[in-house]
Amino acid sequence: MDFNDTPEEAKFRKEAYEWLKANASLKEGPKDGWRAASEEEGLKEVKVWQKKLHEEGWACMHWPKAYGGRESTPIERVIWGQEVSKFKVPGGYLEIGQGMAGPVMMMYATEEQKERYLPPLATGEEIWCQLFSEPAAGSDVAGIKTKAELEGDTWTINGQKVWTSGAHFSDYGILVTRSDPSAPKHKGLTFFFVDMKSPGIEVKPIKQISGGANFNEVYFTDVKIPDSQRLGAVGDGWKVSLTTLMNERLAVGDASGPDFEEAFSLARGQDLNGKLAIENDAVREKLADWYCQQSGLKYAKYRNISALSRGETPGPQSSITKIVSGNKLQEVANFGLDILDSAGIIRTDEEGAEQSMYQYGFYGAAGIRIAGGTDEILKNIISEQVLGMPQDMRADKGIPFNEIPTGNK
Amino acid sequence: MNFEFSADQMQLKDIARKFLEKEETVKRARTILEGEESYDKDLWSQVAEMGFTATAIPEEYGGLGLGYLELCVIAEELGRSLAPTPFSSSVYLATESILQFGSDSLKQANLPSLASGEKIGAFAHTESTTSPTEENITCEFKDGSLNGSKIAVTDGDVADFFIVSAKSGSEVGLFLVESSADGVEIASQPTLDPSRSHAAITFKNAKAEALDSGWSNITTLLDRAAVLFSFEQLGGAEACMNMAKEYAMGRYAFGRSIASFQAIKHKLADMFIAVELARSNCYYGAWALSTDAPELPTAAATCRVSASQAYHECSKENIQTHGGMGFTWEFDCHLYYRRCRQLAANIGSQSIWKDKLISSLERANQI
Repeated sequence: MDFNDTPEEAKFRKEAYEWLKANASLKEGPKDGWRAASEEEGLKEVKVWQKKLHEEGWACMHWPKAYGGRESTPIERVIWGQEVSKFKVPGGYLEIGQGMAGPVMMMYATEEQKERYLPPLATGEEIWCQLFSEPAAGSDVAGIKTKAELEGDTWTINGQKVWTSGAHFSDYGILVTRSDPSAPKHKGLTFFFVDMKSPGIEVKPIKQISGGANFNEVYFTDVKIPDSQRLGAVGDGWKVSLTTLMNERLAVGDASGPDFEEAFSLARGQDLNGKLAIENDAVREKLADWYCQQSGLKYAKYRNISALSRGETPGPQSSITKIVSGNKLQEVANFGLDILDSAGIIRTDEEGAEQSMYQYGFYGAAGIRIAGGTDEILKNIISEQVLGMPQDMRADKGIPFNEIPTGNK
Repeated sequence: MNFEFSADQMQLKDIARKFLEKEETVKRARTILEGEESYDKDLWSQVAEMGFTATAIPEEYGGLGLGYLELCVIAEELGRSLAPTPFSSSVYLATESILQFGSDSLKQANLPSLASGEKIGAFAHTESTTSPTEENITCEFKDGSLNGSKIAVTDGDVADFFIVSAKSGSEVGLFLVESSADGVEIASQPTLDPSRSHAAITFKNAKAEALDSGWSNITTLLDRAAVLFSFEQLGGAEACMNMAKEYAMGRYAFGRSIASFQAIKHKLADMFIAVELARSNCYYGAWALSTDAPELPTAAATCRVSASQAYHECSKENIQTHGGMGFTWEFDCHLYYRRCRQLAANIGSQSIWKDKLISSLERANQI
């Protein structure tokens, strides 16, 4: 039992580190990192950085070389991720395209389409979004209603999507629709990719509880999609969706925000009732709990990496990461504000103010526990896929979709 | 990265599991719980014959000279199987005391018979309902003999010798007292988990032999033992999770398997999360123990807290999943519920270990 690389892994790690050292600057502390002045600026910087990554062979590392990748092993991707986390480099914007749209295109698009669409994903020239959730289909995502009707070889799309991250700056989207409302829920779906500049697509930002707007509503009014942009067979949309949902679950990681280290250092510097907070037994107990959760996740990840290193596939056990870290973030954020006593309620947006970190965590955690699979859906996945327990009895099984009550009725 | 037990270690674990399953140790735990015996002598001699008691003892003292990773996988299986033997007292505490802090003559005199299981050792530390500290220990060693009393000594009524914490001059240290020595009085104490015996011990001018002195040795001993206790707790927690799942899968209510209800599934998912976190932290503890890492105090407290939480969660929710049957004497759920409490109490409470964890992080200033 050790934490050491194999000689090949060590060689790869050195190569990655040296390339990064030559092309980016090291973080100066745990809280240091890349920040963009605005979303627009961020997008520009990400595209420049991604282009460079691609030119030197570090983009979409596990993809075939023909589409812009380097055909890396899973453990090489992990090592790259570990090394890149030491540097201040632009990030965001591309994950959905590269992590979810890319794999589904690779499985279902024609060779010609792959050659056209995959390389610009790897170079960062084109941004993609994922058009799945709807107002009446969140956790029950197969309950979508957006209508797709075929005439000749053109589909007409009408309906509404929601929670679409980055729709406002995306070039393309992957889209799941209902092509047969009289078929049972999972049977009548059809999957497409769509040009986000198509006439009839309207993107409206959703204001979140934090005041920011990372998501959108996307309205489709008589949007035309050629049948050649269908992915998978007509009626097979659920099967195609599962490919991307599986990739989404693998992509969702640790909740970002204040963690044990921040709470520990806060408690060591902040007075509570006349003495340092760290001397308060209730504070110590909470800190110990968070440390154990953080440590448990860290070493669970090491166990997964060890499995990758041996050439095995880690199981869906990794679903515990988001549940544990999302809830931990919510508690840590609440603690960080609580320790400021009554003053913790005062909102501050001052750059670098300790409070603002906990305030963003306070808002953010509420979203993390829902995004990419709620705590409850993830617990269903753990109990069904890891522990082998049966599905809950469904009231909508075998019934034509248009006879099933959905949403708020 | 290779943060995993080796193929050989996993094979040893498998052998241990199959052996303990074949011996029907859960039934044996019930027999001890309901009967007059303090432990299962037949099982103990078989455990010793398998070499488990000799695992981490060097060959020069009659042991197998394997490492602590091997002992960790055995501990997990003993915990899973509720084996009613004095293994934890004799191996994790008494053997470790002598290995780490005993003179060569103490090692020569005791390790071979501890390895073979002929001798059983126990650790006598607790004196009252307040957890022992360097300041509140009242047992005292002077001029070769020991005076004072201890309570809740696990396996105290079956041990051949005790490792006793006592003050000597200005220091607190560890002392070995034979249970047959003059001035040693042993009285069994009833407990919440009668499948593991406990006793109160009184020492009146009992002949004692000093191990290397110092409170820090006691802390180190407890840290080392904590990793091994954590593996027992992990094994027990996982056993409870599996029991709950199996029962839910076969139990029907409202016309369907209760395992299909999300209220039950989410309960099981919570158990799984607790077990996964504990397992990962236990591996961290195993690594620190087996490599004598400076992180041992942090790692030991982390796995101890995490494994205690997991066993508590799983043993109580296992009863809950079983419904009324889980509360009966007939079902085995209570055997785990009891053992969970016993293991959680044995080397200090959850609050103490949480405090130790934060103290060790403050000392290490790792942040």
